[in-house]
Amino acid sequence: MSLVQQSSPHAHGARPTSRVMLVVILTTLPGLVAQTWFFGWGNLINVVWCVLLALGAEAAMLKLRHKPVAFFLRDNTAAVTGLLLGLSLPQFAPWWVSAVAVISAIILAKQLYGGLGANPFNPAMVGYALVLVSFPVAMTTNWAGAVTLPDAPGFGETLNTIFGGQQAAIDAWTMATPLDEYKHKIASHTAAEVLQHPTFGTGVAQGWEWVNGAFLLGGLALVALRIITWHIPVSLLTALGLMSLAFGSNADQYAPLSLHLLAGGTMLGAFFIATDPVSAATSHQGKLIYGACIGVLIYTIRSWGNYPDAVAFSVLLMNFAVPFIDHYTPPRTYGHHKPRRGIPGKAG
Amino acid sequence: MTQLWNFPGGIHPPENKHQSTARPIRKAGLPERLVLPLQQHIGAPAEPLVQPGDKVLKGQKLADVTSGMGVPVHASTSGTIVGIELLPVPHPSGMSDWCIVLEPDGDDAWCELSPIADYRQLHRDDVLNLIRDAGISGMGGAGFPTNIKLRPPSDRKVSTLIINGAECEPYITADDMAMRERADQIHGGIKIMSWILRPERCVIAIEDNKPEAVDAMRKASEGTQAEVVVVPTKYPSGGEKQLIQILTGMEVPSGGIPADIGVMCQNVGTAMAVYRAINRGEPLISRITTVTGAGVDDPGNFEALIGTPTRHLLDQAGFHPERVNRLILGGPMMGYTLEDTSVPVIKTTNCLIAATENELPMPPPEQPCIRCGMCAEVCPMELLPQQLFWHARAQDFDRAEHLNLFDCIECGACSYVCPSSIPLVQYYRYAKGEIRTQRAEQIKADRARERFEARQARLEREQEEKERRREERARAAAQAQKKKQAEAEKAVAEGDATDERSARAAMVQQALERKKARPAAAATSEASTEKPDIESLEKQLNQAKGKLETMESMLDEARAAQADNVEKLERAVAKNLDRVKRAEDALTEARKQLETEDGQ
Repeated sequence: MSLVQQSSPHAHGARPTSRVMLVVILTTLPGLVAQTWFFGWGNLINVVWCVLLALGAEAAMLKLRHKPVAFFLRDNTAAVTGLLLGLSLPQFAPWWVSAVAVISAIILAKQLYGGLGANPFNPAMVGYALVLVSFPVAMTTNWAGAVTLPDAPGFGETLNTIFGGQQAAIDAWTMATPLDEYKHKIASHTAAEVLQHPTFGTGVAQGWEWVNGAFLLGGLALVALRIITWHIPVSLLTALGLMSLAFGSNADQYAPLSLHLLAGGTMLGAFFIATDPVSAATSHQGKLIYGACIGVLIYTIRSWGNYPDAVAFSVLLMNFAVPFIDHYTPPRTYGHHKPRRGIPGKAG
Repeated sequence: MTQLWNFPGGIHPPENKHQSTARPIRKAGLPERLVLPLQQHIGAPAEPLVQPGDKVLKGQKLADVTSGMGVPVHASTSGTIVGIELLPVPHPSGMSDWCIVLEPDGDDAWCELSPIADYRQLHRDDVLNLIRDAGISGMGGAGFPTNIKLRPPSDRKVSTLIINGAECEPYITADDMAMRERADQIHGGIKIMSWILRPERCVIAIEDNKPEAVDAMRKASEGTQAEVVVVPTKYPSGGEKQLIQILTGMEVPSGGIPADIGVMCQNVGTAMAVYRAINRGEPLISRITTVTGAGVDDPGNFEALIGTPTRHLLDQAGFHPERVNRLILGGPMMGYTLEDTSVPVIKTTNCLIAATENELPMPPPEQPCIRCGMCAEVCPMELLPQQLFWHARAQDFDRAEHLNLFDCIECGACSYVCPSSIPLVQYYRYAKGEIRTQRAEQIKADRARERFEARQARLEREQEEKERRREERARAAAQAQKKKQAEAEKAVAEGDATDERSARAAMVQQALERKKARPAAAATSEASTEKPDIESLEKQLNQAKGKLETMESMLDEARAAQADNVEKLERAVAKNLDRVKRAEDALTEARKQLETEDGQ
């Protein structure tokens, strides 16, 4: 009998990180299915391409950093970063755009900061923002129109477009995103005229409302499975909604609330991106502030900024603020009258 | 229906309690020898009252605490004291401590007991003393001496007495089985404690996974003030602070005690011990301990004598050492692993888990923290475990303390849920230990600094004093010298000259005379006609003595006046002392010579 000497607790009931990430991956599937259903094979191809690239980049960096490669690859976090980029990038984004996004996400934003758990910024959003500013044309002209349109491209054509560089061939199948279309047309048209564009379809925004609905469903599953808490998505969506109600009630000037909630990357952002634990605020109060500020920023950039969607910039901007938020939002500990805010030795 | 409050966080680990509740409480029997540690709980160690070789009776007091907080240790059975030795005791560090070793004689003969027929006739302080003398310390956790706990500070009134039967930690069923089988004894103890404290409310709290215990306690306490309250099963509901929150909605202030908010918690095992001590006069010499885990064939609860080696207890439950990977004293959340099976059962030993590798596997390798915050979700104290972990790891102890590190109760819920398998509690223990060490060192350093500063101040003061005295002295001396110096110096010079000369002359004369006498004596062998001049020598001695006295008185005077000629006078006195001595020697020698000559 050789007895093990261990410190308490001796029982463990944790879902390991790899399992947590696997659940995240699985809960994005309804969204991916909806994307594929409405916008063709583009997202699926992007997801596979980005995940493979992410795993490759992660493995190479781990090797360079003399870290156990298999041990860290198994945590599935690189796969999630690739997956999130694949879900967010335009369906017909050329392969090199995705590659730049993924590689900068994994190498610059994650591994160079020290790898898992050490990155102050959401890696996927760093990659996304980088390609958005670097390749604005590729990032705005490659969105697929809904497959209900005639002559929608099949799997082979899509693959060829992404990897073969036949940009011109798909012009007929691409379409501005609803938010983009609304933002740029509303200045010279009435709301009713703008909504005539086929990108809006017959519902809120052809296909987009289903994609967002599917991500909402997956997100609610994450909350129910206690992978994330409700604080960030709820405060984000509430703030976005309140901003829209307060400033955007005139549909002839600003996109309506329904578009804000259901037409862009809102639900994916609220449940899967802003909730990235590594780069988000920690305490409940901190998460509420963090989420609400992202909501306000999304509305601000979408309405008064240059970009039609703004999840990536808003999340990154708030990533900057996380250490500050964390210092001032600790919970009140049992037996204390009030929380101990600020930094020891300093007023606050 | 009593109103209940929820406490934040908490977890629901597999209970694993059914294994040890299938059979009634068994007696663990007499082991070959009993090992009774002199310190079994917080406070001062007891001092032995017996010596090796002494025969003792069951219940006899073997050791007691003379000064400081603590309770006595009693003989768990009758037998012989075979040693007082350093032996391994139950402690997370696996350390050894002083223990009385008792070899049972098999008679199990009680010493004379004095049960109290009606404790209400006694003064409350006397009852508290009886509880102390029975060696009772809290049987749920840290083992705080019960008599001290039962006497809260005079400005604190205990309005709610909580009897803690929650037993929230997995595997442990000692309190559960005690409540099922010995509800009357427990209730008897509750009555005594209620009589001592006179609370407005008395609550027996039991988790809802122990319906049999709830029924038994309800039956036993029917028609009394004590009310059985069923609380939802959630770890750590049995933690004192959490249980108080569940039952009262109040929080014990950080750094305070429950009595600060008018609450006191006592464990059901403690209540039973109090009943036995008062109503039967029996000291605390046994306790109910759960022996469980897949490493034993026949898990269950045992009434074990205090001092029973764990090996004996494990064997009673069908121990399979080859299966066991980890031996835990206490529960799987807060217990600690044992290094060997010789350590004894003590007053706080509520559970022994002989776990197999399969049952409590080694945690997977630690991964980086991903800030998922699950630890904060389950923390019952509403701390930020992940921040505490970073600060502890970075040795940024100021920040860890700022985030209330010392409010952590080390329940282990955070480590339990950590997806990265980080041993968080271990980090907190490390940080707490470091901070305590640093504080102790700080206090030491502060004291050293204070000492140094005090010394510096004293030296400065002395220096100033000296300076001041010297100035005074110089002034006084200037005056005194005017008057005295000439006179004194003259006297000194005079004394020096005359005395030395006369003494030397006498010596020379004597020597000459001896020389003269010796050849004469040798030649003639006749008695010397010439004798040393005793009279003149005596005169010289007296003269020298007189001089010495004068000089000494002058010196005293000079010293009193702190005059500058002290040194000179001292030299003169020394010289005179020498002279007196020499004169005395000369006189003695002369007398001796005289006697010899007389004899011849």
